[in-house]
Amino acid sequence: MPGRVLVGVKRVIDYAVKIRVKPDNSGVVTDGVKHSMNPFCEIAVEEAVKLKEKKLIKEVVAVSCGPQQSQETIRTALAMGADRGIHVEVSGKDYENLGPLQVSKILAALAKKEEAQLIILGKQAIDDDCNQTGQMTAALLDWPQGTFASEVSLEENQIKVVREIDGGLETIRINTPAVLTADLRLNTPRYATLPNIMKAKKKKIANVKPADLGVDLTSRLEVLRVDEPPQREAGMKVETVEDLVGKLKDAGKV
Amino acid sequence: MANPLKGEVIRLYKTLLYLGREYPKGAAYFRERLKSAFMKNKDETDPEKIKQLVARGDHVIKELEALYFLRKYRAMKKRYYEPEN
Repeated sequence: MPGRVLVGVKRVIDYAVKIRVKPDNSGVVTDGVKHSMNPFCEIAVEEAVKLKEKKLIKEVVAVSCGPQQSQETIRTALAMGADRGIHVEVSGKDYENLGPLQVSKILAALAKKEEAQLIILGKQAIDDDCNQTGQMTAALLDWPQGTFASEVSLEENQIKVVREIDGGLETIRINTPAVLTADLRLNTPRYATLPNIMKAKKKKIANVKPADLGVDLTSRLEVLRVDEPPQREAGMKVETVEDLVGKLKDAGKV
Repeated sequence: MANPLKGEVIRLYKTLLYLGREYPKGAAYFRERLKSAFMKNKDETDPEKIKQLVARGDHVIKELEALYFLRKYRAMKKRYYEPEN
């Protein structure tokens, strides 16, 4: 029976914010922009906390990799019910180059150090949409993976996972320890209310550097350019069907 | 205001204020409405009535949480999943 669960949470630009590309096309504007926990990470935290409430696991540890502000994201996880947090401090250029490969190396090292039996992550982050961290972490640890989970049941020494796949659902049974990634319909994350946030201030967040875990953060990717999606052209209103046909002919569509 | 209820009312106000930060029409809009709603009842002294108003406030908290969840869920569903046609 899994004892300790590691939940990865990522600080991303809030889902409701309108994204703007920097004038030099090097990236997206993040200064002064509202950030919050990745929605899929919220679902991951909720699942871990639910498992603890059902007494199927003993401890939930929330992990986030990033600059000082990542601690806010960990605090939200603590307010949702995680027991303690680990902030892996990555800032500056290292943070700009931080991607799934580096994060999965960090998570794998932490899983070994903390003797975790289960890692739950969101299926992807809404900023980079990589959908790779869970899979890479499982590969680095040589653990089975249950990705796109929409239902999770813990059994004796195994986990039954219902996965959302193209064209339907797939049910698999995997051994523990394992890595799970959460899909949208896994659960309904609880809101981190103010009283819970106050209570969570007493919970500990440990500070760790990637070097302490023996992780090399060099990236093998280089972002060349970031562009906005092409602007949608304005529509035109027409009065009659003849007008419509005329305009379609002009545009060479008919 | 009866003393134990004063704590309840303040707790309610703080919780709603915190929730209002994410309000779609803006935090300022929410705060104005929140303040006037509370001020309207500031002279209430009947403990029963106060408890009822606090319960109504708790209900608003639940409604806001549901609103925020639905907004986020629908946005994620629209962005990441095929329309079920």
